[in-house]
Amino acid sequence: MDLSLLIIQALNGVQLGLLLFLVASGLTLVFGILDFVNLAHGSLYMLGAFICASLTFLFGNFLWAVLVALPLTGGIGYLVERFVARPLYARNHLDHVLGTFGLILVLDTLAHLIWGPAGIAVPLPHWLDGQIALTETLVIPSFRLLIIAAGLAAAAGLFWLVNYTRLGMLIRAGASNRTMVSALGIDIQTLFALVFALGAMLAGLAGMLIAPITEASIGMGNSIIITAFVVIIVGGIGSMKGAFIAALLIGLIDTMGRSFLDDIFKLAMSPEAAETSAPAVSAMLIYIIMALVLALRPQGLFPPRTR
Amino acid sequence: MSFLTRRGWISAVVMALLAVLPPVFFLTGNAFYLDLATRLSILAIAAVSLNLILGYGGLVSFGHAAFVGLGAYAVGIPAHHWLYGGLDFLATTSGFVQVPLAVAVTALFALITGAVCLRTKGVYFIMITMAFAQMIYYLIVSIEEYGGDDGLVIDTRSELPLIDLDNPLQLFGLAYVSLLVAMLLVRMITRSRFGMVLQGAKGNEERMVTLGFNIYAYRLTAYVISGAMCGYAGALLGNFTTFISPEMMDWSRSGELMFMVILGGAATTLGPVLGAIAFIVVEEILSSFTIYWHLPFGLMLMGVVLFARGGLMGLLRGRREDGE
Repeated sequence: MDLSLLIIQALNGVQLGLLLFLVASGLTLVFGILDFVNLAHGSLYMLGAFICASLTFLFGNFLWAVLVALPLTGGIGYLVERFVARPLYARNHLDHVLGTFGLILVLDTLAHLIWGPAGIAVPLPHWLDGQIALTETLVIPSFRLLIIAAGLAAAAGLFWLVNYTRLGMLIRAGASNRTMVSALGIDIQTLFALVFALGAMLAGLAGMLIAPITEASIGMGNSIIITAFVVIIVGGIGSMKGAFIAALLIGLIDTMGRSFLDDIFKLAMSPEAAETSAPAVSAMLIYIIMALVLALRPQGLFPPRTR
Repeated sequence: MSFLTRRGWISAVVMALLAVLPPVFFLTGNAFYLDLATRLSILAIAAVSLNLILGYGGLVSFGHAAFVGLGAYAVGIPAHHWLYGGLDFLATTSGFVQVPLAVAVTALFALITGAVCLRTKGVYFIMITMAFAQMIYYLIVSIEEYGGDDGLVIDTRSELPLIDLDNPLQLFGLAYVSLLVAMLLVRMITRSRFGMVLQGAKGNEERMVTLGFNIYAYRLTAYVISGAMCGYAGALLGNFTTFISPEMMDWSRSGELMFMVILGGAATTLGPVLGAIAFIVVEEILSSFTIYWHLPFGLMLMGVVLFARGGLMGLLRGRREDGE
C-alpha cells in the first residue's frame, strides 16, 4: 500500500471522526445534563443539511447559508425541547426512546413534504471546490480540509464554552447536581433549552458540512445516529473528552478498515478469501471494537468522574 | 380461572375473532385481509417474545428486528443454495432444517450479544442492542452473494409434511397457532419460578441479588429465549413475504416492535397482540390515504407515549384487576 493513499485515508478518517464528534457531542450534552435519550438527534443533522441546501440556493453562497442555518437549526432544537423533550424528562428512558422515535417519523416526513423525496446536492463556491496539492502525489479537496478545520474549531469552541464560561460552569453544575443548581436560583428550564439548542446546532453543523459531499437526503440522520451511539458508548456516556477521542478513533478505524482490511487479510489468507471476507468484517469492525471495549470496560473508556 | 376476569374475556374474544374473521374474508373473496392477518400474527409473535424481556424483564432491547431478519435469512440462504448451488451442506428446502436453523442461529446470536449487552444497564443497554442489530444489518448488506442491499427472493417456501405453505389459508393457520403457542409459552414462563425471578429483578435488582439469585444468568436465559422466538417469527415472515432484505432488520423495525408492546400494554399476555393489531390496522388505513402517512403515524406514536400510559390493556382493565 502506498504512503499517499494512507495519508489521504487518514485525513478522511479524521474528517469522519470530527463529523461524528459534532453529532455525538450534542447527544452527550443532552444526555449528560438532561438525562434524556434523543433518538431524533440524527433528524436535526438531516434538517441542518436541508436548510443549508435551500439557503445556499437562496443566497447563492454556501458560507452565508451556513451562518443563517445554524441559528435556525438551534431554533428547531429549542422547539423540540419545549414540546417533546420537556414533557418526557420525568419519564424513563423507554418513553424517551419511543417518543423521539415518533418524532423521527414526523421530522423525516416533513422533510419529504418540503424538499421532496430526492436528495439535494449543495454547490460549493469556486474557491472551496478546488484541490490542494500537499506534495506532488498528494492532492486533497480543499473542502475536506475546511471540514477538518471547522470540526476542530467547533470542538475547541465547545471545550472553551464548557470549561471557561459562566454558561459552561452552569452546564457542568447541572450535570453533577440538577436540584442544587436550581435551588441556587438558576432558571434550569432555560438552561436545559439552551443546552438542547446547542446540541441541535452542533448536529446541524455536521449535516451542513457533509451536505456538499454526500448531498442532503432523507434518512441521512438515521444512519449516522447509530455510529454516534457507538462513539459515546465507547467514549463513556456523558463524557465530552471520551466522545472526542472515541469519535476520532471510530472515524479512523472505520475508514482505514474499509480501505486496507483486504490488504491486511491477504497477509494471513488466500487473496480470494480475503476479498470475500474483508467487506463483511470491515462493515462490522466498529461494532466489534465496541463489544471489545464493553467486555473490558462496561462504562466506556472515559466515564465521567462526577455523578 | 383467569377466564372469569375481564381481561380473560377480552383475550378470548380477540383471539377468537383473529382466528375466524380472516378465513371468512378469504373465502368471501377478500384475500387481502387474510394476508394482513398473517403478517399481523407473525409480527405479533415477535412482539410477544420481545414482551418477555421488555415487559416482564424490564430490559429495553432496541435490536429485536435483527433476530427477525436472521430468522428470515436462515430460510432464505439454504433455499438460495438449493436452487443455485454452493455450500451443499446448507442447501435444503426442508422446513425441518430451516426452522431449527433459524431458532439455533438467533439463539446463538442472542447468547453472544446478550453476554456483552447484559453487562451494562439502562441507556447503555438500549444503545448496545441497537448497535449490534445494526452490525448484522451491515453484515448482510456487505454479502453480495445474498443480494446485499437489494435483498433475496425466496423461490421455494419451506417444505413441511401435512402443511403446504404456498396455501395462504394454511400459512395463516400455522402463523395463528404459532402465535397462540408463543403467548401460552410466555405466560407459562412468567408464572414459573424463573419468570418470578425475572420480574423481581425488574422491580428491585439489589433485593434479588441479596436473595442470592444470579440475575445475569436469568436475564441472559430470558434474552436467548426471546431472541430464538423472534427468530422463529422471522422464519415464518420469510416464508410469508418470500422476499427478504436487510431493510427488515433496520432499527426502525425494532422500534416498531417495541411500540407494539408498549401500545398494547407491556407485561400482559394479550397486550403485544393488541398492539400489533392496532399498529398494523392503523398503518394500513393511513397508508391508503396518503404517502405521507408517517406524519400522522409519528404524531400518534408521540401522543400515545405522552398521554396513554399503560397502553390499550391499561384502558381495558377492569377496576378490580388493578393489582394484576
